[in-house]
Amino acid sequence: MLRIHCPVCGWRDETEFTYGADATVRRPDVNNVDPKVWLDYVFMRDNPRGPHKEYWHHVTGCRQWVVVERDTLTHEISGSYLAREVVG
Amino acid sequence: MSHYSALSILRHGLSGNKHWSRAWRDPAPKPSYDVIVVGGGGHGLATAYYLAKEHGIRNVAVLEKGYLGGGNTGRNTTIVRSNYMMPGNTMFYERSMQLWENLSQDLNYNVMISQRGQYNLCHSPAQMDAARRRGNIMRANGIDAELFDRAEVMRRIPYLDYSPNARFPIHGAIFQSRAGTARHDAVAWGFARGADKHGVDLIQQCEVTDYIWDKGKIVGVETTQGPIRAKKVALAVAGHTGHLAKKAGLRLPIETHVLQAFVTEPLKPLVDSVISFGAAHFYISQSDKGGLVLGGDLDGFNSYAQRGGLPIIEYTLHSAKALMPSLSRLRLLRHWAGVMDMSMDGSPIIAKMPVEGLWLNGGWCYGGFKATPASGYCFAWTIAKGEPHPDNAEFTLERFERGYQIDEKGVGPQPNAH
Repeated sequence: MLRIHCPVCGWRDETEFTYGADATVRRPDVNNVDPKVWLDYVFMRDNPRGPHKEYWHHVTGCRQWVVVERDTLTHEISGSYLAREVVG
Repeated sequence: MSHYSALSILRHGLSGNKHWSRAWRDPAPKPSYDVIVVGGGGHGLATAYYLAKEHGIRNVAVLEKGYLGGGNTGRNTTIVRSNYMMPGNTMFYERSMQLWENLSQDLNYNVMISQRGQYNLCHSPAQMDAARRRGNIMRANGIDAELFDRAEVMRRIPYLDYSPNARFPIHGAIFQSRAGTARHDAVAWGFARGADKHGVDLIQQCEVTDYIWDKGKIVGVETTQGPIRAKKVALAVAGHTGHLAKKAGLRLPIETHVLQAFVTEPLKPLVDSVISFGAAHFYISQSDKGGLVLGGDLDGFNSYAQRGGLPIIEYTLHSAKALMPSLSRLRLLRHWAGVMDMSMDGSPIIAKMPVEGLWLNGGWCYGGFKATPASGYCFAWTIAKGEPHPDNAEFTLERFERGYQIDEKGVGPQPNAH
């Protein structure tokens, strides 16, 4: 069981959350018409073995999207913050 | 390397089983090979075997960082089936099924293929319609499939929950009688022995740490046992595909996820087929030792740890109990996890890579075991001839940019949902 720190609710069980996706992936500008850019966005992933930034949705808690920094090899969580804080 | 037969068992039995020769050599790596296969699991060993047997390419090494078959080959639920309906998948998995049916004879090694049949249960009229469509596509391709109504399923597998209280009522099932199970370790060992017999070097405890480059072309690998050069380097490393591809400068449509499996304490014979629950992600069969083998869903988040968490144990056992209430007091004996190379469309990649000198076999999600023989056969073909076999022609890397994803489940680019 992962214990994830929600910046709003504190330490909570993994089962309160839904896993989103790799949080380093950014939607390209909608006016960008280069198919390679969209291929990268939709399909291609770094898939690191080690530190990973990822979205979790605190779906049965405060319903906020949280960015969690977690190691994919050890499952150790080193930090978390609200996703909206990093946008813009 | 002796030939295994009833006579050899008798002869060795009479001499106290003291003179069995080892099943394969343990050679030191040569400085160079025609082909290096990275990954000594079922897929890598099968690739080496078919390279030597079908294409006469015997100057081959299989490099394994741990021990042979110690990854996902030894961590799955041993189910083999060919009930796929998307063009590109259907005939590939049927080739695999046909290779399975003759594999023990071909390898002179008992892989204990048991074609006990597999039921995919349906829990709504809509699921019955979908099953009928799948069955029709299979039969149109010459693959066996039968559709059973509720009464027939009750007659054949009476121990499921058919009560009015059942959480998910069983409407029927689609059945493939040629599906079943195989002994997973024996598959790795059989291919290893077969490859070794044809002259392939199986090198264990040899982790690939980097590639050797020459003018933008991969010409070998750096390993923990020193550099080894090769004309062609072929990856068959399952969950570690992304990691090794990255060293070659490739970004892939793959995420690595963790999947658990479970074995209960041994029982008298109870489940004489493979049963897949249609309401949740759950499948069950019984091993020859009597333990029920259970599998469920992914843990759901990216992971390279070969261990899983408690929530999925609960989910899997909930499913087991919803399907077969009689299991409620059974104890789990063991559980384990493997790391899966989950592709963005749920289908694999067997192809030459854009980097010169590199071939890739990966993206098996959690369907890799059943594919083992065809995966090796088609990958060997692709490496030897420089072009894909018709059965793996659709498993390209380019399909993602060209919009030809093979999304059997229809869930889109969401690796943890396939």
